[in-house]
Amino acid sequence: MLKPEDFKSSDEIAWCPGCGDFGILNSVKKALVKLDRPPRDILLVSGIGQAAKLPHYVKANCFNGLHGRAIPAAVGAKIANRNLVVMVTTGDGDCYGEGGNHFIHNIRRNIDITVVVHNNQIYGLTKGQASPTTDPGFVTKFQPGGVILDPLHPLELAIVLGCGFVARGYSADTEHLSSLILEGIRHKGFSLVDVLQPCVTFNKKNTYEWYSKRIYKVNEDKSYNPEDRVMAIEKTHEWGDKIPIGIIYREEKKSYEERYGLNKIPPLVDEKVEDIDIKEILRGYA
Amino acid sequence: MQNELTVRISGEAGQGMQTIGSALCKVFKKAGYHIFANQDYMSRIRGGNNFFQIRVGERPFYTLREKPDITVALDKASITLGPENFLFNVPIYDMAKKTGGGEIFVNSVACGVILGVMKIDFSFLSEVLREAFSDKGEEIIKKNIDCAGEGFNFASQNCPPDIPVCGGIKLKGTGGERLLMNGNEALALGAIRAGCKFYSAYPMTPSTGIMNTIAEYAKDFNIVVEQAEDEIAAVNMIIGASFAGIRSMTGTSGGGFCLMVEGLSLAGMTETPIVVADAQRPAPATGFPTRTEQADLEFLLHAGHGEFARAVFSPGSIEEAFYLVIKAFNLAEKYQIPVLIMTDQHLADSYRDIEMLDYDKVKIQRYIISRSAGSYKRYQFTETGISPRAIPGRIEDVIYADSDEHTEEGHITEDAEIRKKMVEKRFYKKMLGLSQEVEKPTVYNAKDADIILLGFGSTYGVMKEVCESVNTKKLGFIHLSQVWPLPIAHLVELFEESKKLITVENNAGAQLARLIMGETGVKIDRSILKYDGRPFNLDYLTREVLKEAEYAETRGFQEQ
Repeated sequence: MLKPEDFKSSDEIAWCPGCGDFGILNSVKKALVKLDRPPRDILLVSGIGQAAKLPHYVKANCFNGLHGRAIPAAVGAKIANRNLVVMVTTGDGDCYGEGGNHFIHNIRRNIDITVVVHNNQIYGLTKGQASPTTDPGFVTKFQPGGVILDPLHPLELAIVLGCGFVARGYSADTEHLSSLILEGIRHKGFSLVDVLQPCVTFNKKNTYEWYSKRIYKVNEDKSYNPEDRVMAIEKTHEWGDKIPIGIIYREEKKSYEERYGLNKIPPLVDEKVEDIDIKEILRGYA
Repeated sequence: MQNELTVRISGEAGQGMQTIGSALCKVFKKAGYHIFANQDYMSRIRGGNNFFQIRVGERPFYTLREKPDITVALDKASITLGPENFLFNVPIYDMAKKTGGGEIFVNSVACGVILGVMKIDFSFLSEVLREAFSDKGEEIIKKNIDCAGEGFNFASQNCPPDIPVCGGIKLKGTGGERLLMNGNEALALGAIRAGCKFYSAYPMTPSTGIMNTIAEYAKDFNIVVEQAEDEIAAVNMIIGASFAGIRSMTGTSGGGFCLMVEGLSLAGMTETPIVVADAQRPAPATGFPTRTEQADLEFLLHAGHGEFARAVFSPGSIEEAFYLVIKAFNLAEKYQIPVLIMTDQHLADSYRDIEMLDYDKVKIQRYIISRSAGSYKRYQFTETGISPRAIPGRIEDVIYADSDEHTEEGHITEDAEIRKKMVEKRFYKKMLGLSQEVEKPTVYNAKDADIILLGFGSTYGVMKEVCESVNTKKLGFIHLSQVWPLPIAHLVELFEESKKLITVENNAGAQLARLIMGETGVKIDRSILKYDGRPFNLDYLTREVLKEAEYAETRGFQEQ
């Protein structure tokens, strides 16, 4: 049985005091403890942003890559070693903006990774620009007249694309969030956990107070069926006085590994490559 | 009696030039001839004008001729008659319909015609057709052979006897199997042999063939071939895969490579081995999608913001492409760097008959540790700049890799001293190591020559043939199959005061000349540049070189 100390990293945390990322970090660690796989089997992949620092604060394998490109790097790693538990910790800008194309197409691939998005509706590390999920009218230095673009709806987008596990958490409710993350890891295929997260320094609108008035757990309502796609899409439109969190949609579908046949062979990383015999194929060119 | 012949099959896209050309290459090889085949095609699926050109003869060829001896015109536009040309009208469509029952057999008829004109034994063609249609059943095979026979007989009976032909001269004892392969196939097969387990790319001419070939054999070798949503995904996926411990590669052309540039920088910073092939085509932007150029040299040398070690190979032949991609993987893993392979449409799409590849020649070396003395640090400082590399999940410790500047442990840092040492590690130390194991240039007659041609990549063949065919001892060539690091010591040794140095390049900026001058301080006298999207050919380069030789004879090496 693993303990929280097993996932403790020595790296000093660089987030602002009160940052929602702390809640996400604790939730990730709780989930990993429950998962009970040793640190060497876990790979946390991130892009760039405050969210992307999380892997350094966990004792696990870490690949902190380029802005927007965490998902492709994670996918490549998962293909190389399907026995690794691969989790992406990314932000709303990193995942839905810079990395939007990879978000879309990897839901199509349905590869078995868990994407945890630190959705604080702002760009924190670069000091306060709007992100794809920023509420309209929100004023920033880049958008002094207020944001005029319609926001991107990540949950709805994911469901429409066919994502088999779409969940939303809240960084201040770590028990709930860690269970979502664990469910996401256990789900076979691409799992999205979009985490509402206050940015205490740059987002003075979507604060802890703002969220706590609105958030409710959708799975506590027994009449809510997360396998009903139409109901789920409707649910994602709730963003005002009430904001649902929990598993919004889930569907079992064949993962990339199953479709490609990777689950039938040992992890590619264990293939012997020192003496591959290509004599027969070369003869085919004679 | 000529000892070579060039046949050009020309027509609109979709008329079957490639089908006919490929079949004929096999026929000529079976008949014991050597061939060099190149393709000239437009960026379209139907219409326009494309051709497949085959140079056939008794000795190995490495380049093409400027003009064909026989043009097989499948459409009117391909009939370009000069005063010395003879037009031989052959009703191939009628023959196809009459003997085969449909126009679909016209390619087989055409093959028969060509063999009849060249007076090559028909049995070679019927063998090739039998193999080509082996999965279509006996009836189809017979129809194709019959149609080919119709064409063959027509040509044998009606073609005037004074047209130059190869005339049934067989090679003496070539022995062993010769392979028919193009540059893309060679790269793909080399990658498979090298143990590449992940190839991810976005289709882009002329690199797509690499992915096609690997995909064909992927299942047999447990290789994942995954078409990426874009080139940024491709390069980042292969980096993730390599970090998790498998050899991975991508291929593209200049425009796609542009999108991979940040990824190169990531590979350099995280010290993750990757192999990237750039099959060049004329640029900028979309350029000529299906033609050839060598203008990405400076781009490949410098691509990627910041400073980090890399190696760049520029194979000159199909064989070299095969062996160098294997070396590329070894080098990438030894130094934990991105290794780039430059080819171009000409090398990618040209066929030659080559000796069976001795793939045992290059040993596979991975340089991976499975156990660490003490706690593992991914970026441990060492004398060579190379840290011991472990694979996540295959060592007890966890591994941290970061695109930010990082400590030896892999955590983010802003420390000036660590930064300085990391730059030295990734850049100075690794480059020093790489420069001590550079591919030696191929050298021909450089010692005795007064004029030395210099080239990289696909100009190897044409330089070789010019030097071997021009009747003078004063001509030599140096070919670089690795342009970075540059084999400076080897080059400087060959460059003596009295020699005239001329680069031969498919670009406008004389990029090789600038590279050599910049790195060695030696002055390049002139560059023969071709940037019309077409490869050098033997006749063109011979003329250009003879102009130089003339100057050399009469007035030493002063410009007029």
